[in-house]
Amino acid sequence: MSAGVPTIDRTTVCRVDDIELEGGVAALVAGRAVAVFRTFAGEVFALDNYDPFARASVLARGIVGSLTCDGVNVDFVASPMHKQRFDLRTGACLDVPGVCIPTYDVTLADGVVLVGRLDEGRGA
Amino acid sequence: MVAGHGMVGHRFVEAAIERGLTETYDVVVIGEEPRAAYDRVALTSFFEVGAEALSLLPSGQYDDPRVSLRLGTPVVAVSPRQRIVTLADGEEIGYDELVLATGAGPFVPPVPGHDLANAFVYRTIDDLVAIREASKKAKRGAVIGGGLLGLEAANALHQLGLETHVVELAPRLMAVQVDDAGGRALGRHISSLGLTVHTGAMTEAVLGDRRTGRVTGLALKDRKPLDVDLVVFSAGIRPRDSLARAAGVDVAERGGVLVDERCRSSDEHIWAIGECAAPDGRMYGLVAPGYSMAEVVVDTLVRGGEAVASFTGADMSTKLKLLGVDVASFGDAQGTTEGALELVYADDVAGIYKKLVISEDGTRLLGGVLVGDASAYGLLRPMVASGMALPENPEELILPSKSGSVGGIALPAEAQICSCNNVTKGEIEQCVADGAASASDVTKLTKAGSTCGSCKPQVKKIVEDYFAATGKTVDKSLCEHFPYTRAELFDLVLVHQYRSFDALVEAHGRGRGCDICRPAVASILASQFNGHVLAEGRRTLQDTNDAYLANIQKNGTYSVVPRIPGGEITPDKLIVIGEVARDFGLYTKITGGQRIDLLGARMEQLPAIWKRLVDAGFESGHAYGKALRTVKSCVGSTWCRYGVQDSVGLAIMLELRYRGLRSPHKLKGGVSGCARECAEARGKDFGVIATEKGWNLYVGGNGGAVPAHAQLLAGDLSTDDLVRYLDRYLMYYLRTADRLQRTSTWIDSLDGGLDRVREVVVDDALGLGTELEAAMAAHVDSYEDEWAATLADPEKLKRFVSFVNAPDVPDPNIDFGVTRDQIVPAVHEGPVDLGTTIPVGAGR
Repeated sequence: MSAGVPTIDRTTVCRVDDIELEGGVAALVAGRAVAVFRTFAGEVFALDNYDPFARASVLARGIVGSLTCDGVNVDFVASPMHKQRFDLRTGACLDVPGVCIPTYDVTLADGVVLVGRLDEGRGA
Repeated sequence: MVAGHGMVGHRFVEAAIERGLTETYDVVVIGEEPRAAYDRVALTSFFEVGAEALSLLPSGQYDDPRVSLRLGTPVVAVSPRQRIVTLADGEEIGYDELVLATGAGPFVPPVPGHDLANAFVYRTIDDLVAIREASKKAKRGAVIGGGLLGLEAANALHQLGLETHVVELAPRLMAVQVDDAGGRALGRHISSLGLTVHTGAMTEAVLGDRRTGRVTGLALKDRKPLDVDLVVFSAGIRPRDSLARAAGVDVAERGGVLVDERCRSSDEHIWAIGECAAPDGRMYGLVAPGYSMAEVVVDTLVRGGEAVASFTGADMSTKLKLLGVDVASFGDAQGTTEGALELVYADDVAGIYKKLVISEDGTRLLGGVLVGDASAYGLLRPMVASGMALPENPEELILPSKSGSVGGIALPAEAQICSCNNVTKGEIEQCVADGAASASDVTKLTKAGSTCGSCKPQVKKIVEDYFAATGKTVDKSLCEHFPYTRAELFDLVLVHQYRSFDALVEAHGRGRGCDICRPAVASILASQFNGHVLAEGRRTLQDTNDAYLANIQKNGTYSVVPRIPGGEITPDKLIVIGEVARDFGLYTKITGGQRIDLLGARMEQLPAIWKRLVDAGFESGHAYGKALRTVKSCVGSTWCRYGVQDSVGLAIMLELRYRGLRSPHKLKGGVSGCARECAEARGKDFGVIATEKGWNLYVGGNGGAVPAHAQLLAGDLSTDDLVRYLDRYLMYYLRTADRLQRTSTWIDSLDGGLDRVREVVVDDALGLGTELEAAMAAHVDSYEDEWAATLADPEKLKRFVSFVNAPDVPDPNIDFGVTRDQIVPAVHEGPVDLGTTIPVGAGR
């Protein structure tokens, strides 16, 4: 994750309790559709809502699950369209190597979820 | 050069390619019929599955460039001295070696009137096409000949809806294969289906009008004439040996090209295989010996005449299902061996007759006859062929056993399991040892079970036994989170009454699940407890369709399909649907399930759309769920002048009974009001077709990528029995099917297939009937409309917003174009960012 993102760029999304555990919501962040997820452990992640395979803004409606990859537990969302899975931390597609969707910076303050601007500079 | 492209000619070419004969020879195949080789054994199923499904060479060409296939032109003459054949179109082609595979033709007794227009034979697809055409104007048909093929033909006439008579000269049916008592048992079965059997009846003439070609009846010796308007001759076959005869090649006394054990004729460059051949003077009217002959000739030619293989007679065992009755005959079925003993089990009530023929000293099985229940055939035939010692109590081989199987007897490795393709038990085991993972893999690799299919259960058992014996297990885990199949998970939930995914995964799984197990568990919980799919703790298990109670479409919008039970709807309700579609700007289309699809609804619009629909009396159609979709119906006896029952009424009743039932995959039903089957019920998971006496219930039909016709489970049922059987069938499917397994593949996967379903559902062999019915009753009692319940619960409605922080802003990614005056998703072309470092600007 990139550091030092100025607070002025953050958008208030909702209360953290408004996102179900292992669920997601769509939010509008600086004009873009962003999917915000909450894992079973309570961590919150934000990805672009746009599924690049289906060309549709739907990822917030996918199933959140976990998978063991090389012995490491990976939390993911599976697209509701054709089930490609994306790593919630990195945006990397677990099914198609080399495909990666944008992630966003997430901050929790007083039980409120704030999503920052695009995490740029992350290599493919 | 191969003359003839039937099953045996085709096998010859396949073997020639496999064994490398095409490295030294070009192979030219000349076929008389316009079609490439097809499965003549399964000819009767042509009416159900069509010509394509029967084809053995669907592409019409072999992959090997040295094989050329010419169809639609028979060979008309052979000149052995110049080694030339002449085709019907006059062309002459030279050969080095000529293989005759011209098969056999039907024998038509030369009775007067045999050549009338409505007198047919039963041999080719073209024959069947002609019979079907003629049956449209006919009412009563007679088949002359009560042998194996005759009964096949009778089955075909019966299927075509004709009143069917079987006329057999011998005193019993299938005189060659079974004995008197077996023939009687078979006759009773066939009579109970509504066919009339006349044994010991000699046909003297086909009566009719010579001028119009119309058939009016059959004259029988010493009996009253039969009043029929269509006749099929199936009184045996004769080898088609005329090419050889005309060429001066030796033929057998009773017909057939006389060949030696290498299948070589009196001319050293002419060979004959299959039904046109007579090795040692005897012709074999089955496909398996023909296949063996084809292999022998390929083998001999590959080795330049120095063959090790030879044809020295064949196992004439047969097992088949005639008009729904299992009949099998193997080894010395008639007990002609000197001193042979017979062991008979007969149950006239159930229509079962089984006979074993045993050697004089009681140690060896020589042969037998099975009618009504041929499940032991797979074990008994190899016992005869391998000559293994009989077990201590041989009667147990034919007594009805509680477990329904005759397991526990180990066949030797050399026992031939598939007689059509000559595959032994040892070869099947080797195939598994080499990596085949299932019985269907074995069938692909060895061909075992691919011809007549009668040995399939045996192949499956050998594969399973081998896995069990070697400690090798097939991983059937649903996913990494649960080491169980869906059926096993279903049982775990049933036994322990788990009410949540969390409880189940804690007790029997690991991790937090994934997009495979979470919806599967949600479906299992819904099947058993029928709570709301969006209830606390359930919501995040659902696929997006269930999560939003609508079908997601390609641009992320949804479709809305209100239930229209049986496809019946009032004008007022139609108008409501039209108004809702118009007011929300939705695209409308009529579905295949007799309802109306409203497409293009944004997720946040769904509650408002459904509010209008629910207020007008509609409810969820579950078009989004792995659940009952629709029960399609024709207009039925209420309006239709052909209808015999109220199909619409029944379809509505069934659709309302099973609505909301979550299942391993989507479920569809259909009800037709008469045999014309306008509701296409046999393309459904359950199909009901009205009869004069009640309802016929068909199961396991499927459209989709792998179409399947539903098969008859039980006939002439009262409405009460129909519902009882359907309750049991559906619940049995819900409990035992794999995830995303439709009923047709589920039935195929069961040990015993449709027979197994019938045992459980109709005969209640597992004693589960009451339990399954109670489970369905619980579902029916607890049904509620998901959409009405959602609209009444603010907590559930909360999620139907475009953006949680901007509920009034529609998602800018969704836009529409217009085609034929309706909205359609806008097409987004051009590159999509798939992980470049600067994804901004891709826009959407």
